[in-house]
Amino acid sequence: MIYVWSFTLAGLVCMIGQIILDNTKLTAGHITSLFTVIGAILSFCGIYSWLIEKCGAGATILIMNFGHMLFTSGMIGYDEIGILGIFTDLLCKSSLAIVSAIVFSFIFAILFKPRD
Amino acid sequence: MNKEEYKKLIAKKKPKETRAKNALISFVVGGTIGVSGELVSHLMMMSFGVSKATSYMLVCLILIFGASLLTALGKFDDWVKKGKCGLIVPTTGFAHSVTSAAMEYRKDGLITGLGANFFKLAGSVILYGIVSAFFLCLLKVVIYG
Repeated sequence: MIYVWSFTLAGLVCMIGQIILDNTKLTAGHITSLFTVIGAILSFCGIYSWLIEKCGAGATILIMNFGHMLFTSGMIGYDEIGILGIFTDLLCKSSLAIVSAIVFSFIFAILFKPRD
Repeated sequence: MNKEEYKKLIAKKKPKETRAKNALISFVVGGTIGVSGELVSHLMMMSFGVSKATSYMLVCLILIFGASLLTALGKFDDWVKKGKCGLIVPTTGFAHSVTSAAMEYRKDGLITGLGANFFKLAGSVILYGIVSAFFLCLLKVVIYG
């Protein structure tokens, strides 16, 4: 059953993005930023962890998960040492996405010649 | 007159059809990525005995690696044309934006080109993600103590 929910959620979010892209003047950059903020808001409302439980990877592969990870690690930091913890721990979990994107992109940009 | 009306009708109908088709394509492509991610994470849990959270992280890593590699090979842009938002909204879009900026500005030098423009496209995601998450954290602290 988790596969069906996974397909539905990931598909629906992508479809919403495509509808926004087609019907407004917003670009792909706007959409990814928008979904990141939406992910943080859903996480704030407590919906996103429920979505991950229900839809599994369908929720974790989306860019919305980036906002969710930022928010949850910020709250973990707050629980540990207070307001200072938000500053120190905000990037904890999302470090995976940022660091891997940086490392792989750097290696590939050095290795491969751009195609014109 | 009749012809003009017909033309107007065509102009009205044509974009709508492609829009519906685009939406359907992105639904299917995005859903397929979601299901295959779930499948891969399930397989990894079964074969390597990793925890659920770790398997999701590994799936994320694989997607970023794949998207970066395909972008560097110049294939990803063609795929986005076919797969539409189904490839942009998942984490692949983030990796794609980083790698494409890196590839594009590499010829301007390692510091002033690659380094300075690395987050040209993906910077907005990081900036607004961090700012919104930070203020939402503060809001939650204020509301719930």
